[in-house]
Amino acid sequence: MSDSVLNSVFLLVSLGVIAAIILYVVSKKFYVYENPLIGDVNDILPAANCGGCGSPGCKAFAEKLVDTDDISELFCPVGGNDVMKQVSEILGKEVAEKDPTVAVVLCQGGCDVRPKTTIYQGPRTCAISAMVYGGETDCQYGCLGDGDCVAVCDFGAMHMDENTGLPVIDTDKCTSCEACVKACPRDIIEMRPRNKRDLKIFVGCLNEDKAGIAKKACDVACIGCSKCEDICPKDAVIMTDTLAYIDPVACTLCRKCVEVCPTHSIIETNFPPKKVKKPKDVKTKAKKDKAEKVTADTAQVKSEKTQANA
Amino acid sequence: MLKTFPKGGIHPEENKITSSKAIKRIPVPKIVYVPIAQHIGIPSEIIVEKKDKVEIGQVIAKSGGFVSSNIHTPVAGTVTKLDMIVDSSGYKKQCIVIRTDQKNESNFEVPDFPLKKEITMDQKDILQHITDSGIVGLGGATFPSHVKLDLKNDNKVDCLIINGVECEPYLTADHRLMLEKAEEIIVGIQILMHALHINKAVIGIENNKKDAIAVLKEATRDDKRIKVAALKVKYPQGSEKQLIKAILKREVPKGGLPMDVGVIVHNVGTIYAIYQAVQYDQPLIERVVTVTGKNLENASNFWVKIGTPIKDLVAEVGGLPEGTRKIVNGGPMMGKAIKNTDVPVTKGTSGILVISEEEASRQESKNCIRCGQCVFVCPMGLEPHLLMNLSEKGLYERLSDEDVMTCIECGSCSYVCPSHRPLLDYIRFGKSIVKKLNTAKN
Repeated sequence: MSDSVLNSVFLLVSLGVIAAIILYVVSKKFYVYENPLIGDVNDILPAANCGGCGSPGCKAFAEKLVDTDDISELFCPVGGNDVMKQVSEILGKEVAEKDPTVAVVLCQGGCDVRPKTTIYQGPRTCAISAMVYGGETDCQYGCLGDGDCVAVCDFGAMHMDENTGLPVIDTDKCTSCEACVKACPRDIIEMRPRNKRDLKIFVGCLNEDKAGIAKKACDVACIGCSKCEDICPKDAVIMTDTLAYIDPVACTLCRKCVEVCPTHSIIETNFPPKKVKKPKDVKTKAKKDKAEKVTADTAQVKSEKTQANA
Repeated sequence: MLKTFPKGGIHPEENKITSSKAIKRIPVPKIVYVPIAQHIGIPSEIIVEKKDKVEIGQVIAKSGGFVSSNIHTPVAGTVTKLDMIVDSSGYKKQCIVIRTDQKNESNFEVPDFPLKKEITMDQKDILQHITDSGIVGLGGATFPSHVKLDLKNDNKVDCLIINGVECEPYLTADHRLMLEKAEEIIVGIQILMHALHINKAVIGIENNKKDAIAVLKEATRDDKRIKVAALKVKYPQGSEKQLIKAILKREVPKGGLPMDVGVIVHNVGTIYAIYQAVQYDQPLIERVVTVTGKNLENASNFWVKIGTPIKDLVAEVGGLPEGTRKIVNGGPMMGKAIKNTDVPVTKGTSGILVISEEEASRQESKNCIRCGQCVFVCPMGLEPHLLMNLSEKGLYERLSDEDVMTCIECGSCSYVCPSHRPLLDYIRFGKSIVKKLNTAKN
């Protein structure tokens, strides 16, 4: 009786020892060296695995960052400049600094302004309906409204507006990973620079048809009248034959183009409601304010000086 | 026992309502819209300008490369504009708009091509005529015909197959053409056999067109080289690969062409166009179109000039009946719904099908129940349910490995699916992506 117990204990112990020896030898023999920097970099990256950097995931991007000598062209759009700065500190390589961007939808042809002229019964994905035909409306450039962009957004930054049938971007959540840009078969999502108060002005239309046809298909279509180009003080409006585009770098957000657009196809976001006063008055008032402030400052300085002298 | 292809296939309801209606002519349209991309391959290059006067049959867009085709004006008149018009692809495409000259008599002469049996041209001239006349495959695929006929030395072609199958339900354009122009079609076949030095030709016709089989057998009495093969009725027998398998039992290799197994296949419509081009120097400016639908008053077959807006055809059959939901360019299986009736007839338009609400609506897609019906009917031996899933999930490399590119898009899988899954929609989408990836790789 006790023999069998001892035997089995001995057998198991020896098995364990043999297995341990094999495992030890194998682990030494087939040890794969991994640069510890990869782990360090991976810890800093946001772990979103969105693919916005071009690599299949954050780990792969960390490997790429460590292995590549010149990483000035690599960028993590989700982490932004902060994360890239930390990566630069760890790796001792120079990184490029990029202005933060945010996705915008260049179409505002909702159900109310862009009438549907056909019915589509196929699978409801933009990719397939774009392959089949020009869409349910007469505008073959605008949003198809099947939400491929919403489906690919890993950050919950997009949803379809039930009333208009257009995608809406939550700019606070948008990490500019560009997944939606790639998913859209119509290329109506663009990355534009993000500023502090998220002020943006852009042409919300991509319709390249002639004015009459575009306007018939959609009430808010850009008709290429070039009024915005004429009024723009900074030459930020780039006109093709039938379509305007506002260069985000040159644009100073003066909002003059928004007022003159006859079809309201230029979108402004997050601006405070405009005061009713004429632009001239605003200018003079601003000057006046500035002048007052300057005088006040000098007065204060003077009083300080006098105090010091005294 | 009638011949047919062995794998898969379905038997949709035939609905050949117009098979007894002789081909009529419609009034010459006042304005024609001629798209420059009417064929597979490179779009043609426009060589006319706005306000140019054109004579009937004049080249208005010349071939843009080898796999391309000339386009001729179907009417004499004035080019009013070069515009973007929605064509059967559903997108706005470049079109040449021509206003018909109402005073020019050539527009209103009914073209008449009496039977002319003697073949006077040599091989080179025949092929040149076919190239110049802008002839493309009129079965619907619109592949430029001269490309098919350009034989490389290492391709030994021993058999010409004439496709008179017309397996699509509703369509009867080829059927009527075979009945009315049988002798001319035989001459057309002889022209091709002469040009390509082939001594064997088989005309494949499905057995639901017994009158056409009889007429063609009668017409081929004197020429022992041409045979007429009656085929069992089964869709998609009109597909090139299935037809070769049915008639000659030869299998076109994966990714290969019929030429690889020594065969050239041409549609009967194409053969008639070749006859006109070679014997009468007539370019391809009109074709037979079946305008049909269960609720149409005067559904019939028509000789239609290329570029005629579909609304003219609809007016000819008594207007759109109430409750029309869909107008399809082509047959019900492979045709494509058009966006509006301003879409012009192109070289590939074999039929216009007007479908009512209850016939048109697609049912809601449910889960796959793994019944295997789609695998059973696929004539190419593919697994449509798998291809759809891979395409839906974006696994394009797997999709390519599963031979998605051999799919002939016949739609048999979607037709039989008891869960009404949009199999073909997804497979077609997957194919377009795989094609893009392949071209990017090369």
